[in-house]
Amino acid sequence: MEEVYFYATCLVDLFYPDAGMAGIQLLRQAGVRVVFPEGQTCCGQPAFNCGYWEEARDVARTQVALFPRDLPVVLPSGSCAGMMKVHYPELFHGQPDEAQVRAFSARVYELTQFLVDVLDVRLKDLGEPVKVTWHSSCHAVRDLGLNGEPQALIGQLSNVELSPLAREQECCGFGGTFSVRQPEISGAMSCDKAADAESTGASVLLSTDGGCLLNVNGTLEAKRSPLRAQHIAEFLWERTRAR
Amino acid sequence: MHAENEVSFRDAAAEALLDPQLRANFRRAMDGLMSKRRAQFPDPGDLQELRDLSTAIRTRSLLALPDLLEQFEAKATRNGIQVHWAETCEQANELILGILRSKGARTLVKGKSMVSEEMHLNDFLERHGIEALESDLGEYIIQLDGETPSHIIMPAIHKNKDQIARQFSQKIKDAKYTEDVDELTAMARKVLRQKFLEADAGLSGVNFAVAETGTLCLVENEGNGRMSTHVPPLHIAVMGLEKVVATLEDVAPLYAILTRSATGQAVSTYFNLITAPRGAEEKDGPREVHLVILDNGRSRIYADPGLRATLRCIRCGACMNHCPVYTRVGGHAYEAVYPGPIGKILTPQMEGVGVRHDLLHGSSLCGACAEVCPVEIPIPEILVRLRREATHDDVGSNVAGRGTGHTAIEDWTWRLWAMVLKHPAFYRIATWFATRFGNLLPARAPLLRNWTRSRTKPLPARRSLQERLRAEGGPHV
Repeated sequence: MEEVYFYATCLVDLFYPDAGMAGIQLLRQAGVRVVFPEGQTCCGQPAFNCGYWEEARDVARTQVALFPRDLPVVLPSGSCAGMMKVHYPELFHGQPDEAQVRAFSARVYELTQFLVDVLDVRLKDLGEPVKVTWHSSCHAVRDLGLNGEPQALIGQLSNVELSPLAREQECCGFGGTFSVRQPEISGAMSCDKAADAESTGASVLLSTDGGCLLNVNGTLEAKRSPLRAQHIAEFLWERTRAR
Repeated sequence: MHAENEVSFRDAAAEALLDPQLRANFRRAMDGLMSKRRAQFPDPGDLQELRDLSTAIRTRSLLALPDLLEQFEAKATRNGIQVHWAETCEQANELILGILRSKGARTLVKGKSMVSEEMHLNDFLERHGIEALESDLGEYIIQLDGETPSHIIMPAIHKNKDQIARQFSQKIKDAKYTEDVDELTAMARKVLRQKFLEADAGLSGVNFAVAETGTLCLVENEGNGRMSTHVPPLHIAVMGLEKVVATLEDVAPLYAILTRSATGQAVSTYFNLITAPRGAEEKDGPREVHLVILDNGRSRIYADPGLRATLRCIRCGACMNHCPVYTRVGGHAYEAVYPGPIGKILTPQMEGVGVRHDLLHGSSLCGACAEVCPVEIPIPEILVRLRREATHDDVGSNVAGRGTGHTAIEDWTWRLWAMVLKHPAFYRIATWFATRFGNLLPARAPLLRNWTRSRTKPLPARRSLQERLRAEGGPHV
């Protein structure tokens, strides 16, 4: 049986534990043994993006050390996976442990990417008919190079209709510290994203990233919209779990 | 440490967001430009091939920049173009004033040039009694109102047709009110034609300078560039020192990707190749051609291999057309000559990462800019690098204003952040508190109140994932 490491990410750990659980279950459902090392905290992206690389490195180093075996590391986040896969090599450039970190980075996958590209899963939809919409997280697509994997999974669900956003690849306005450093611009972007989602007629907006979900959900809730954003792992697990 | 005279992008952007007309003008214009660009690149493979080639040409040109500049100067000089060098904008302005005065020139008609905007040349010349008239339609429109460009390719894009109609009827002598675009254009054309005939000198920018032939290439759509460079007896061109390429062959792919990325055109209406002043036997063209090559911080950017990619830019504006921030706030909010994503990395490097650190944080790092950049400038990566420069002065670089864009509170926050996150025990305590008491934080708490301006409070789950997994004897090892 194949074995993988699961890295929850701090946002999923704290705000979307159901998405984390669902991610683990989806992997198990595909016949994979999931190893969840203790001691996980954060990938270090916020400090890295703000220019505090020493602090980011200190944290990243403790995380890399949790995954010593040569197993894939699967994350329910495109942004954190992008940080670990693409930006760790930059962050550790010229450091004594660069080679070790690079070897780790090469093993990192975002969850839907792993389900589709590596496991080639086939999902069986057990849910009621529903219309959903999809928001691509910027880092999942542009850093990590996600290329339609989440949509392919949604497409496997026979009772799910995917109604696309008018601006599917436009940033939702989260951007980590951007959301509090530039609240006006970020808020304008978030409101536009929420309005775009509402006009699709979908009952749920799906995404791979906790940051986008927090942002879009907070905005929808402030607008008193009935629409909600949900992590794709949670949605897929709800639709496919045998009851 | 915080730099003095800090400029607040946040405040200017917040103000711009309150103007629905402005937001509508930009959204509509940028949507149009995005779809026109998309139509020019139907095949992603072909596009990537052209980007690879263009990136390689610009990278190779920069690698050989000192040699190419020397070669270009020698060749251009042999062709009869008088080449001048300016380290600063002040020097460039003085040089141009000197050239104009030596010819007794009192009026200057200008083709579009962002470098001349960088120099604030118009103001400078006005102060010295020389009239500088913009002849690019967009530049002409904003000059009438004393504004600066809000976009590097379409300087008046913040205005719509109705606003321009009102403005022309008020500012142009004997003009009647009309919203007909052709009539409006004809009005400006009438004024400008006369000016072209009367002007003592013409000024232009440069898109590419070709080292092997000493040629200046100028891309434009209105013919005003050709008029500015050919009708008056004196032509002065200005360019940043990064513009040079080795051969004419290098120009073809750059030109092809420039017009497609900028305005979604396969070719521009005009493409001017200027190699020499009027020859003894020739009947038209300027008697004298001068070129002012400006540094203004570019050689400092050039010297840093991690930042050099900034200078690959061919000024197409695609990054701003596709930027979710620019699209919403417009160009003026940046309070910089170069707005949008390229401006966010260029301006702080020119003016100092401390005074303009707000620009560095005016990005969600979404990467839409780098995705469309024809020469693949890694703008988000450079933004992060510059954020590092703004907050640290021990990186070993030579970035302007390094270490002057942060506060002690910020430093301590990140130290504390790292302290918690590198010790799982601390993290466990922190998440325990957040899950139990996170909901008690008032929505007006510092930072949280920025979040809750447009959103509800983010509520932590009642139990963290790790706590649940531990309770269920989950898949730990």
